[in-house]
Amino acid sequence: MRPIRFLSALLLVAGLAFGQTTVDYFSFTTDQAHIGELEALIAEFEAQHPDISIRYTTAPFADYFTKLQTDFAAGNPPDVFELNYENFVTFASRGTLAPLDERLAADAAIADDTFYPAALEAFAFEGVQYGLPITFSTVVLFYNQDLFDAAGIAYPTDDWTWDDVMRAAEAISDPANRVWGIYQPVQFWEFYKVAQAAGGGLQVGPEIAIDTPENRAALEYLVGKIEAGVMPTDAQLSGMANEDLFQAGQLGMLVSGIWMFEGFQAADFDWDIVIEPAGERRATHFFANAAVVAAPSQVADAAYEWVRFLAASPEVAAARIATNWELPALSLSNVDVLSPYLERGAPANREAVFASLAYAVTPPVVDRQPELQDVINQELEAVRFGSKTVAQALESAQRRVASLLAD
Amino acid sequence: MYERGARRWLVLALFLGPSLIGVVLFVAGPIVASLLLAFTSWDLLTPPTFVGVRNFERLSRDLEFWAALRHTVTFLAGYVPLVLVTGLAVAVALNGRVPARGAFRAVFFLPVVTSWVAVALVWKWLLNPQFGLVNAWLAQLGVQGPAWLFDPSWAMPSVILTSVWKDTGFVMVILLAGLQAIPREYYEASGIDGATRWQQLVHVTVPLLAPAIFFALTISLINSFQVFDQVYVMTGGGPAGATTVLVERIVKQAFSFSRMGYAAAMSWVLFVLIFVTTFAFSRLQRRWT
Repeated sequence: MRPIRFLSALLLVAGLAFGQTTVDYFSFTTDQAHIGELEALIAEFEAQHPDISIRYTTAPFADYFTKLQTDFAAGNPPDVFELNYENFVTFASRGTLAPLDERLAADAAIADDTFYPAALEAFAFEGVQYGLPITFSTVVLFYNQDLFDAAGIAYPTDDWTWDDVMRAAEAISDPANRVWGIYQPVQFWEFYKVAQAAGGGLQVGPEIAIDTPENRAALEYLVGKIEAGVMPTDAQLSGMANEDLFQAGQLGMLVSGIWMFEGFQAADFDWDIVIEPAGERRATHFFANAAVVAAPSQVADAAYEWVRFLAASPEVAAARIATNWELPALSLSNVDVLSPYLERGAPANREAVFASLAYAVTPPVVDRQPELQDVINQELEAVRFGSKTVAQALESAQRRVASLLAD
Repeated sequence: MYERGARRWLVLALFLGPSLIGVVLFVAGPIVASLLLAFTSWDLLTPPTFVGVRNFERLSRDLEFWAALRHTVTFLAGYVPLVLVTGLAVAVALNGRVPARGAFRAVFFLPVVTSWVAVALVWKWLLNPQFGLVNAWLAQLGVQGPAWLFDPSWAMPSVILTSVWKDTGFVMVILLAGLQAIPREYYEASGIDGATRWQQLVHVTVPLLAPAIFFALTISLINSFQVFDQVYVMTGGGPAGATTVLVERIVKQAFSFSRMGYAAAMSWVLFVLIFVTTFAFSRLQRRWT
């Protein structure tokens, strides 16, 4: 009896192995801290789909696209990979992504209101859905409560404006002791958002409007903090990351993303967050990442299963919330999935994360996105280092973006 | 002997084969491919398309390319003379009777065989305006040091100094070999005629060392056109674009902007620059020596 049972078990295993489909998955949202979670989710997925196995590779964001494009050039792209909103158009417009509309329509478990609407829309190109949003994040104002107490001023509130920020930053700053009021990066992502908050925005099509009075005011606000001495210069930072400076207790306020929640748990002072203070109006970030299927993939069916698992399964959503691994991009109506997030402790004011979504703006996106961002960043850096004035930099940015897009 | 005819060729092919295959596949192949790519537009995601000389036209009006060329020439103008002078000084000093001469030679050569990434990281830390040793020493002398790599006007000098520090040993080794080939009789004869040490250096050592100096000069020139590692690690082309150089631009166009054809065109312009300069210097050398 026993040899027969053994044989049949062997046959079963062999049959499974024979019918096994392998899906290659390439991720930048999985950082070192979350590799274990990803492996647990893969195990969960493989238990639900015994005929599919997932083979994952990760790379940090800075190296991710070089490797991805090389894989495409070599004719061997991963079956499933991740794209952020800014780089999505570059890939979608070149026919490298498999359309998902038919599969979505046939998928009973995914309803119209499964995803956060802006996140889903972000990954449609010319009316075709190419990606399912897997995570989103936003940027908030972090503040060090101990430094506010020491300066004897009231904590920030959700009603704060830029003037309140500057007043508090001046009260807290003590550069001689390497304590500064605030850090807000002067780069592309901050600038397009602050420009909108100032009543302007980076308009790249059909008309190009970068050098406008509103945008000048926005850039004045960004670099004005350095000029006022309430924000460290590059030389004062000397290569130290602004997040590390905050965690070392040397920054009163920090404009940064909710992805820092996990890291800041180690801070030895009390901190909290508020929605980003308003300029002329309020504008907040909305960073969304999607999982997509490569057009040349030979295993598109299995690849889609993995994409929808990553995007919409309760297991993944729960794991992301439990480990501060960004946020699942589900619509806010999924109260039972999202509510544990609000009760996870520091920061106490987690409602600000969701409240921010009401003011979310998206970046200008063009086909030549990396070059657009590089031009803007170069001009902002010139202002940051004092080699150009605000007016000179924006005038030059306007001219260079126009020639880039005409090319 | 049996090495005749077909047999001899077979033996030759067997010995040369392994490295020849490597050279064809990984050196000659890419060189030919890059020449073809220079006339295409290729974003890695879709197949290359032929665009004629458009990449070269674009290059002529690309202000960032001209700025990078200017910075490369600035680097060259600072680095080449400095590294030759320090290399010559160290070589002359270590050619004489110095205690622990071998140890000194080894110490000066050590940076040459050290990885650029390691050297650049150490210097980045030494030059750190807040936490670095250089500014700490300067502060003890009562001098407020500059922000080095964080100051647009000090960044390039910092990169040049670091490069000179690393390559002095290389120039030293070449010139030491040249120095040992100079017969001692010239020094004895000039000494008897009353020449001072300085006069001996200028009128005996340097002229007889000319071939070695030219060799070191040519290698340093080629290397400085290709300057990249130290810039990439120490400044990444910053601050505010003050240290963008040609190879750094090529890498950025190819791997950040996915303009492979344009990057290939830039590579060929760089090749022509190096070729012409090297050729000019070899002509100059023939006239001099």
